Formats: sequence, C-alpha cells, structure tokens
Amino acid sequence: MKKTLGLAALTAMLLGGAAHAQQVTVKVGVLSDMSSLYSDIGGAGSVAAAKLAIADFAKANPNVKVELVSGDHQNKPDVGSQLANQWYDVDKVDMIIDTPNSGVALAVSQITTTKNKVFVVSGAAASDLTGPKCNANTVHWTYDTWMLANGTGKAIVKTGGDSWFFLTADYAFGHALERDTMAAVEKNGGKVLGKVRHPLNTNDFSSFLLQAQASKAKIVGLANAGGDTINAIKAGAEFGLTKGGQKFAGLLVFASDVNALGLATAQGLTLTETWYWDLNDANRAWTKRWQAERNAAGKFPTMVQAGVYSGLTHYLKSVAALKSGADGKAVVEEMKKLPTDDVLFGKGSIRADGRKVHPAYLLEVKAPAESKHPGDFYHVRATIPADEAFRPLAEGNCPLVKG
Amino acid sequence: MFEICLPVLLGGKCIPSGALFGQLLIGLINGSFYALLSLGLAVIFGMLNIINFSHGAQYMLGAFVAYLMLQYSGLGYWPALIIAPLIVGLTGVIIERVFLQWLYKLDHLYGLLLTFGLALIIEGVVRNQYGSAGLPYTMPDSLRGGQNLGFMFLPNYRAWVIVASLGVCIGTWFVIERTRLGAYLRAATENPTLVRAFGINVPVMITLTYGFGVALAAFAGVMAAPIYNVSPQMGSELIIVVFAVVVIGGMGSILGAIVTGFGLGVVEGLTKVFFPEASNTVIFVIMAIVLLVRPAGLFGRRA
Repeated sequence: MKKTLGLAALTAMLLGGAAHAQQVTVKVGVLSDMSSLYSDIGGAGSVAAAKLAIADFAKANPNVKVELVSGDHQNKPDVGSQLANQWYDVDKVDMIIDTPNSGVALAVSQITTTKNKVFVVSGAAASDLTGPKCNANTVHWTYDTWMLANGTGKAIVKTGGDSWFFLTADYAFGHALERDTMAAVEKNGGKVLGKVRHPLNTNDFSSFLLQAQASKAKIVGLANAGGDTINAIKAGAEFGLTKGGQKFAGLLVFASDVNALGLATAQGLTLTETWYWDLNDANRAWTKRWQAERNAAGKFPTMVQAGVYSGLTHYLKSVAALKSGADGKAVVEEMKKLPTDDVLFGKGSIRADGRKVHPAYLLEVKAPAESKHPGDFYHVRATIPADEAFRPLAEGNCPLVKG
Repeated sequence: MFEICLPVLLGGKCIPSGALFGQLLIGLINGSFYALLSLGLAVIFGMLNIINFSHGAQYMLGAFVAYLMLQYSGLGYWPALIIAPLIVGLTGVIIERVFLQWLYKLDHLYGLLLTFGLALIIEGVVRNQYGSAGLPYTMPDSLRGGQNLGFMFLPNYRAWVIVASLGVCIGTWFVIERTRLGAYLRAATENPTLVRAFGINVPVMITLTYGFGVALAAFAGVMAAPIYNVSPQMGSELIIVVFAVVVIGGMGSILGAIVTGFGLGVVEGLTKVFFPEASNTVIFVIMAIVLLVRPAGLFGRRA
C-alpha cells in the first residue's frame, strides 16, 4: 500500500513538473519578538502580514511555491543568531524578514551575508544597517533612526519648536536617535538646551520631567521607545508639562503605543511613520484582511507589519523574475533593479546601500473628540517625499556605495 | 533661591534648592510604591517564610483587574481600589491552599521557584491575551489637576499616592505589631503547634495572611494604573528593586520594609538628578554595602 502511494506521489510530482516546467520553491522565515516588549510591533502580526503577502503572490504566480516558518529571537542577539544559522543550514530557509531589535538585526545581517542568503529588515531601527554595517544581502525596508530624527526633528523646528531637551534611553539605540535628532535640530537652526539619559525600562519619569520643565525648552524630545515612551508621556500629562507650554516629540512611536496611552493622554504628540493604516482605502482594506488573519478585530497593524507584507512581496517578485531563490546576492541585486510597487507602500525603489526609499508621514495624534472610529489616531500634517525622507546615499559610509 | 552642590569628588553638580525639594518629594512618592510592595513581601516572608517571587505578577494583575472592571462593567477607580485587591487576594488564597501549604517545611528555594514559575505563567497568559504594548487607564476626575507648590507642580494624584500608601503601611504595621491578632500571627510563626493548642486555627490564619500580602500587591497595582503603563511586564520591571528594598530593610521586618521603601525612593530620586545613568543601580550598590556591614539588613533580627 505504502509503495503504491509513493508511486502515485512520484507520478503526481512528475506530472506536476511537466505542467509547470519552472517550478520554484522558496522558504521564508519571520524572525521576530514573539513574546516580549516588541511583540505588538512585529510578532504574530508580522506572521499574519507574511501569510497575506504569500497568499496574494500565489494568486498571480502559481509556479512559485512559498513555505513559511517563524521564530522568536527573545531580543537576544545570541538566540537570534543561533536560530538564523539553524534556519539557513538545516531548514534550508532562503530569506529572513522583520527582526525588530537592532542588536539582533545587526547579528543576523552578518550571518546572512556569510551564507549568501537574503535579509529584509522591517522591525529594526538602526540606520547602521545601511551605513557602515551594510552588505549586499541585506535590505532595510520600513524606517530607520535617521529618518525618524530628520522627519520629526526638522518638521518641529520649522513650526517654531526651536529649543529642545532630550530624554534619552541610555543604550545604543537611544544614543543614535539622540545624535541624529540633535544634528537635525541644529542644522535647521534650533538649539539643544540639555538632555538626561535614563536607564532602559524606567518606571517613573517624574524626576526627569522636572528637569525637562526646569530647562524651559519648548520641545521635550523622547529618544526612547515602547514602555519608556509611554511612561514619560503619561507622567508629562500628569505633571502639567503640556499645560506649561512645552510639547513632547515622540521620536519612535508606534500605533500600538498610542493605543496604550489613550488619545486623551497622547493628543498633540508629533511623530513620523512611513505607513498608517487609516491613510487610504487600500490600507484600510488590507487592515481588514490582516485583522481577520490575525484574528484580532480590535488591533491595528503597525508600519513594521505592513513593511513585512511589502518587503516579502517584492522579494517574491524578484525570485519569480530570476526563477530561483538560491543565490542571495543575485536576488538582492534583482530587488534593487526592479522598481518596488505594492498596495501598501506604493511605488518606490531600493538604493545601492540596501535602503528602501518611500515617503514618510508627519503625524499628529488626534484629540479624543476628533477621533471618529476605533484606530482613528492621527492627523497627517505633512508628507515627506521619498528623496528627502532618508539619509542621502553618500553620507552613510556604506562600503557598497564607494565600490 | 540658593544652589545646592555635590562635593567636587562626586562631580560637583549644582542645582537650585527649589528643584532639590521637588526631587525629594518625587522620591517620596516613588518610595510609596516601594514601601507598599515591599510591605506585602515582608508580611509574607515574615509570617510564611515564603519568598514570594510572583509579587510583581500580582501587582500587575491588580492593574489589569482594574482595567477589566472599567472596560466590562464600567466600575471606575474607586471601586477598583477595593474590589481588585479582593479578587487578586482571593487568587492568592487559592495559590496558598493548592501549592504553597506543602512547601513550608522545605527549603526556601522551593517556594521561590514555585512562585517564580507562577509569575512567568501569569505574565505569559496576560501577554498572550492583551499583547505587550499596554492598555490605557484614565485617572479619576476627582484626582486630576494639581497644586503649584512654588518650587514644583504637585499633581493631586501623586499627593494621594503618598497619603494612601502611608495609611496602608501604618495600618498594617499597627495590626501586626500592636494588636492581639498580630500577636497570634507572630506567635504562630514562632511556634505553630503551641498556638494551635490554644484553639487558634493556624492554617486558616496563614492562608489569609498570604491573601492579604497578595492583596497589598494588587492595591499597589491599582494605584499605579493611572500613572504607569499597564502592561504584562510592569511587575517584573519593578520587583527586582523591591526585593532589594526588602533585603536592605531586613527580610521579614515590617517596619524595615516601610522605612527603607520611602528612604530608597528618596535616594533614587536624588540620583536621578545628580547622576541619572546610575539611578537604577544605586539601590543595588546600597544593598551590597548594607549586606557587607549588616548581613541581616538595617532592621533585621539575626536568626
């Protein structure tokens, strides 16, 4: 019986092979934070986005078979590296996508280039991924620290917020964000009156807020993320920071953070994102599908999750064009050659240093009365065109660009 | 206004005196949370000899129950302040009856591991259900706004935190150290068999004590909900510091937990002004020094 089945399967395979002469199989892995502080930014929502990308792609390209795996890097570079190695060597994964947490992303980027696979970063922020640490196998998709700093910093200085005080998370990411924002502020004629560096995961910000209030700076820049940002803004509302005429600038704020704060507390906050679910009909329609796939009607996708959809779609297109996913460098080469085009990010391109460029949006959180439906978080204050949103190619010190 | 400076050896940083008063007051407010949480831990350790590592998770549960009450039954902050600790305390009673009561005769390590495991499970379940980013919880209208004290703006809610926390701390200390019930409790810790001989139901008393300790954690959680991010990991971030507070105060010492809780809040507050990078390490530095000089803690009795 077993033999007959085996024979039948073999025949089916041969027949199938005859029908689609160019059957291509690729395996993609969503490597993300599945269980900790970034799991609402990427996590299961990124896996859902990847599934949608694969389903949409399969409709138009039945000859490409896509398999999906996912894993939890626990925000530890060693765990992420070990998983990436195992995926590439044992499980024959061809590309890894997402990976919030810059520390893990930098490690996986190195592994990817030595094994000649493909790494599409959506979740991590460090602009070093397309700067000094760039390589020919990595594409940085959604956003980065330079873009956040420049988008929010420049816009706020131009609208009169010309004196700044920084609350900075005391580790590599916070320092990078603070450095990039200070540069943007000073370049545009603003000045920095002071800064205080707080430990990661600080519970109480009231002490730092008193220092920010005492500085009399018009803008309090938050060079931190997640729980730290939320706690700082909550304390700011309580201590009357905004009533005293000062304003927060959230340098890295996701839709999930705004949801956690509630509009009453977050209103008026200025921030930059490259994708917002309520921006247009295409995004709204995709959000509905994402919510069904994720089985969470009340959740709204972040730009990181949208970036997973968009990045994976473009990767699959490039594989289909090459008719193979085996050579990572060749695939990334093809990705850079093909213009990008998908329902979420529209038309765009990937630069020589691996930086995907698209417009960014300067957003302001609505007051509760202005919010018409759940998830109606932002006013769009400005659109930053693609060629201004990201760091100029020549300034990143990426070795790929010189050579 | 005059300026207050650190000695040159410590950096010589100067700040105006008004700012210093503000920071002292804020330290006291943060100390209120340390005191409330370490009080519960001290009660549980003092009476049950259990190192309750799930204290942080129970603090988080308090905040989440308050959120759920608001979301699903419209019950606001004030009812939550009473009901949430009762509900979470009840889960504590169940935990004690089902698991902890078998561990008293064993090494401390078993209780520690069990409660640590429970903390991980509770956190995991909540994260799975509600995500990691956190949930909004609004402040009751009656406590909005604040007073301008001249040197700083004191939000009404923070003033309430100090008052409520001091009230609960003093009340607990009074019950345990100055009443007949407290005397029974302390006696039951020393010699349960003898206390039983007087017709006192020791196991029930112990169960309720654990429930009370857990309820204190949940109470702190509800107090924290309007001002801190209500997220599954809110407890685990705080609990390590609270353990340090308990160790400095002397394991199991009620008064020690309260005094060091407030004291360390102030020390931490000052560190945030003069050397912010060290603000989450300073408590552990103090812990190391105290353990070297007085291994039983500042208020601890030597076993």
